[in-house]
Amino acid sequence: MDPPDKARLDSDFSELYRVHLRDVYSYAYYRVGNHHDAEDLTEQTFLQAYRHFERAQAESDGRPLRPWLIRIAHNLAANLYRDRSRRPQTPIDDTTGLSTMHTTEDLVEGRDELARIIEGIKTLPEERREALIMRFALGMDNREIARAMGKTDGATKVLLHRAIKQLEGIVTAP
Amino acid sequence: MLRLALQPVDPPDSLKVRVETTLQGLTDAAVDELDAWEIGAMRDPRNWVRPVVASAVGATAGTALVVMRVRAQRKKHAAASSDPLDLLRRTVRAAAGEARKIARRD
Repeated sequence: MDPPDKARLDSDFSELYRVHLRDVYSYAYYRVGNHHDAEDLTEQTFLQAYRHFERAQAESDGRPLRPWLIRIAHNLAANLYRDRSRRPQTPIDDTTGLSTMHTTEDLVEGRDELARIIEGIKTLPEERREALIMRFALGMDNREIARAMGKTDGATKVLLHRAIKQLEGIVTAP
Repeated sequence: MLRLALQPVDPPDSLKVRVETTLQGLTDAAVDELDAWEIGAMRDPRNWVRPVVASAVGATAGTALVVMRVRAQRKKHAAASSDPLDLLRRTVRAAAGEARKIARRD
């Protein structure tokens, strides 16, 4: 690649970073459940993305690159779990990760349902929880989620439907 | 409710500084590489094509401009010329003058 092309690529990447930093961090935070690991995961995601950006941009054919970024974060998080051979130290399955995202007002002012949802999300299978994170924390549509998770649009729709159904069951259970 | 439970999380400023510093380092490396390429490239004959093409394009454009202007003045020169040789002399002089003007402007 000519250096002038590389400079243009760097500029495009800076824009990608600016637009999607919050998405990657949100995903990382909900995935690993603590700020320390989420920061490491976010940085590693963007470094890895930078290395493969040229090819991704060429192959994207104009489609958004957010699913590709989230997929990198997803793979890195999986590696993090594997390397540690256990669940995250302050995992989303634990009590702190999700709860700290909400103000006392949220949780105290008759928000029992919210508290139950938060607890319910923690108990969902990983894949369903991830789909919900992408849909509700990142605002991704079915197609984007499908690309990020390496699934078909149809399978993603079913996955989300089942995740919400299961969560409803958990929240409404006596 | 799900949207409320899964609110987006703003990255801390320290992370922005950290990631941007790392990425800036990589971008600076790219700029250094570009500078090195511009100087280094001239040593490699394979990279001479680009400046040669640029010069050729410039020269062609300049020539076309001179021809256009001299042609525009042709009627005036023809009227003022006493014979074909005088017309040729005036045309060559005009072309040289136009070429000088363009060269001065560049």
